[in-house]
Amino acid sequence: MHLDWTALGQVTAVSIGVTVAVVVVFALGVLGLARLEAAREHGDGTSAREPRGGAPALALTQAALCFLACAAVVAYGIYLIVPQFH
Amino acid sequence: MDHITFLVAVVIVTALAFDFTNGFHDTANAMATSIATGALAPRTAVLISGVLNVAGAFLSTEVAKTISGGIVDDTLVSPGMIFAGLVGAILWNLLTWLVGLPSSSSHALFGGLIGAVWVGAGSGGVNFDKVVEKVLVPAVVSPVVAGVAALLATYLAYRLTDRARKDSVTKGFRIGQIASASLVSLAHGTNDAQKTMGVITLTLISAGALGHDAGPPLWVIASAGLAIGLGTYLGGWRIIRTMGKGLTEIQSPQGFAAETASTTVILTSAHLGFALSTTQVASGSILGAGLGRRLAEVRWGVAGRMAVAWLVTLPAAALVGGLAASVVQSGGDLGTAVVALVGAALAAGIVAVSRRNPVHAHNVNDAHKVTVRTEPPAKVGAAA
Repeated sequence: MHLDWTALGQVTAVSIGVTVAVVVVFALGVLGLARLEAAREHGDGTSAREPRGGAPALALTQAALCFLACAAVVAYGIYLIVPQFH
Repeated sequence: MDHITFLVAVVIVTALAFDFTNGFHDTANAMATSIATGALAPRTAVLISGVLNVAGAFLSTEVAKTISGGIVDDTLVSPGMIFAGLVGAILWNLLTWLVGLPSSSSHALFGGLIGAVWVGAGSGGVNFDKVVEKVLVPAVVSPVVAGVAALLATYLAYRLTDRARKDSVTKGFRIGQIASASLVSLAHGTNDAQKTMGVITLTLISAGALGHDAGPPLWVIASAGLAIGLGTYLGGWRIIRTMGKGLTEIQSPQGFAAETASTTVILTSAHLGFALSTTQVASGSILGAGLGRRLAEVRWGVAGRMAVAWLVTLPAAALVGGLAASVVQSGGDLGTAVVALVGAALAAGIVAVSRRNPVHAHNVNDAHKVTVRTEPPAKVGAAA
């Protein structure tokens, strides 16, 4: 019997790392979106509940960058799935 | 087409039937959490998953060169054994579907083949080393890895979005779920449809209808893709309920974390050449996502029953496969016909029993338990 512990360790490390990274970045994107929506509702972007909310433009940039990063990961995932791309 | 004997024709039909059960057994892996959180309407979810499975089948060019990946000695495998193994796998898939338990279709197929080869060619035809390396180790490791990844990701997702508006957060993660669930479906199509293509192609080669090292003909790719896609579209609603509602009450951040973990584990292990079960990975992810949200309830009874099903899948399918192989071996074409008829009758019986307490697109999210008997749901729920 031959067990490739290195490969097993790689699967573990890469899987956990990538999952956490993608979800955290996506969560930050969602956070940006939530701030944007909160800002829009209050008109001026500075609500009592979110003192650090910042300008809506900042929230929008944060959301856009985060979702772009996630989209790049998804594109890489599709690249890995489809053998014709290799 | 004079190479296509009665037996070969039966093997092809049985392989497609297995492919179909594989599809509806595994819809839950990709779509259960999206359906449970309302990210996708049930019908839309299974349609997307079905289409992506067909697409995946056409995309995968690297069709399995061996039926079993070395678990059994492929030179000893006859079409009769393949048929017997497939019957074992199909019946086990249907039985676990009836009780709403997600179990691995790959393990069912391996189990059926092991049983059939053991009976047909002796225990020397089974490579037990490979069984440990390719089945047992990934079966233990992959759900744990997926679970830990989903747990950490879920915990962080909730910490980060703690103070944000709940409706915006839910909506955002729901949209993300559509993408993550679709990736799981596509990966599933490229992996699982090609298993059936491999079985059919190798049967045709062994019967002399195709040359050695021939790739699958277009009709094989198309029929295998359609079988798994149709199975996925019809949806194993009983299993979807268990995975989406039974293990834990899933919210959209958890669903997103679970699906992301499943996709990553499946893709990294495929990239590094590890065989694993999509079902077990997805179950591990969902469990991890349940634990990652503080105070979220995980129904350990359900998790325990699933773990038992995983343990039993391979030996149970092996038992049926072995039994079928002994009938095929001693009875020839007549034995094959008898096994096919008995198998079809049992399958019809299981479907008939499931009608007593059906689970479908409209009631999949209504309860968390799949029951076989026709007792009132409240009573059954209390017994859980």
